[in-house]
Amino acid sequence: MPDGTLLATTGLRAGYGGKPVLQNVDLAVRRGEIVAVIGRNGVGKSTLMKTLMGLLPASAGSVTLEGRPIDGLPAHRRARLGVGYVPQGRDVFPRMTVEENLRVGEMLRNGPVPRADYDEIYASFPILAERRAQRAGTMSGGQQQQLAIARVLIGRPGLILLDEPSEGIQPSIVQEIGQRMVALNRATGLTIILVEQNLDMIRAMAQRCYVMDKGRIVAELDAEALSDRDTVRRYLAV
Amino acid sequence: MDVLGAVAASLFQFGDTFAFLVLSASGLAIIFGMMGVINLAHGEFIMCGAYVTVLASRAGLPLPAAILAGALAAGLAGMVVERLVVRHLYSRPLDTIVATWGISLIASQGTLILMGSTMQGVGTPLGSLEVGGYHYSGYRLVLIAVALALLLALYLFFNRTRFGVLARATIQVPHMAEALGVDTRRVYSLTFGLGAALAGLTGGLYAPTMTMVPTMGATFIVEAFVTVVVGGADVFLGTAPAAAVLGVVKAGLTAGYGQLFGQIGLLVAVIGFIRMLPKGISGFILRERA
Repeated sequence: MPDGTLLATTGLRAGYGGKPVLQNVDLAVRRGEIVAVIGRNGVGKSTLMKTLMGLLPASAGSVTLEGRPIDGLPAHRRARLGVGYVPQGRDVFPRMTVEENLRVGEMLRNGPVPRADYDEIYASFPILAERRAQRAGTMSGGQQQQLAIARVLIGRPGLILLDEPSEGIQPSIVQEIGQRMVALNRATGLTIILVEQNLDMIRAMAQRCYVMDKGRIVAELDAEALSDRDTVRRYLAV
Repeated sequence: MDVLGAVAASLFQFGDTFAFLVLSASGLAIIFGMMGVINLAHGEFIMCGAYVTVLASRAGLPLPAAILAGALAAGLAGMVVERLVVRHLYSRPLDTIVATWGISLIASQGTLILMGSTMQGVGTPLGSLEVGGYHYSGYRLVLIAVALALLLALYLFFNRTRFGVLARATIQVPHMAEALGVDTRRVYSLTFGLGAALAGLTGGLYAPTMTMVPTMGATFIVEAFVTVVVGGADVFLGTAPAAAVLGVVKAGLTAGYGQLFGQIGLLVAVIGFIRMLPKGISGFILRERA
């Protein structure tokens, strides 16, 4: 195990009802990195995220967090170890207000959350401050995406699993979210694993990148390869 | 004065029916609305609360404390049932119905064997008071107040407390609540316990007005189910308005034509409601809003 590894998988397999999706996924993410997992639709990227979070049981292989295996832990225990999950489709609590959504995120942290942390979140997401008493289900996709991110940030996670944050959101907001995540990463050393198909988002955020196909990691791109637009585009079209 | 007296009498009649419907249905509504579980043992949780209340009261506890003991006992019984049976059937709603029906039969027949076919009850406290030529049971007035207070308390509990917020999150998007660190199994267990405790509270509250028999839960079960069916899945937007509407129908017909027609009118109204609002009153309100 190389030093500084935050999360690693070895031979990870998972699927739905006996239908295998992930077939032997090996990856490692160091503390403070932003790593993207890219690939076409249906290659198992979201399944990988759900398996890392513990929402889907792994049928074989292992996941370690800070060197300790977390395979036996249910999702809520993994969350309390500081893993924040921002799912595809956002999954905000639709009939709860913005502020109530944030309160659920407090559970990531094993202690009380001071009011100042809410002020900080509201300062960096002004749209949420404006709508703190509005029901989350009535907001636009971009606003919901910001809420889903803020909801895990309130719990001060060490690692965020970000599943297709650009999906169904207008480009200006995509860019804004990307910049904010990078800034957070620089300021606090937050580690991010990002699943994405949007070329701009990948290049704006990722320092390194795994390419997935048919449930396997088929290539790994370093920063240099990522800086070449055509290389990344080719892999997205694999 | 005559008119005022008649108005007060029908208000009382309505309030009495409303309280009975709200108290009968709230526990069932929480378990159905928040967990999607149709709990056919609801009546037996009510019976459990009533029996414990009467036993505690005859053992010397003051009635309010005895009623709380009844609610507590039913709540604990509910958590045991959830842990042993219901938890394993969350993904199989039809099996839950059969299983809770089985629990219902075991509980009522078990009580029959252990406690006999009837048990000495406790008298109705508080006597009666006279307004405008009509006599009203003081205890029934207390029940009306309790029903209103219970709705308020439940509203505050689910909207103002930390557990309430986590429970609503769990009900709306279970996997997301789990992924944010909420122990959803514990939330389900406590929610089921709360529903059972409310049933127990209802049993305790009505124990002094009823004959204590092991099948007494059946008295509540029809009203409880029709209120939940008419109300839909939301306790506040559904159960309370459903109880109000059905209360008017039943109280009005009972006053005019007697108990039997009150009951018939209630059931006919329910059929009409299901025809017009298949998702209940709360389903209708929520669709309008969305």
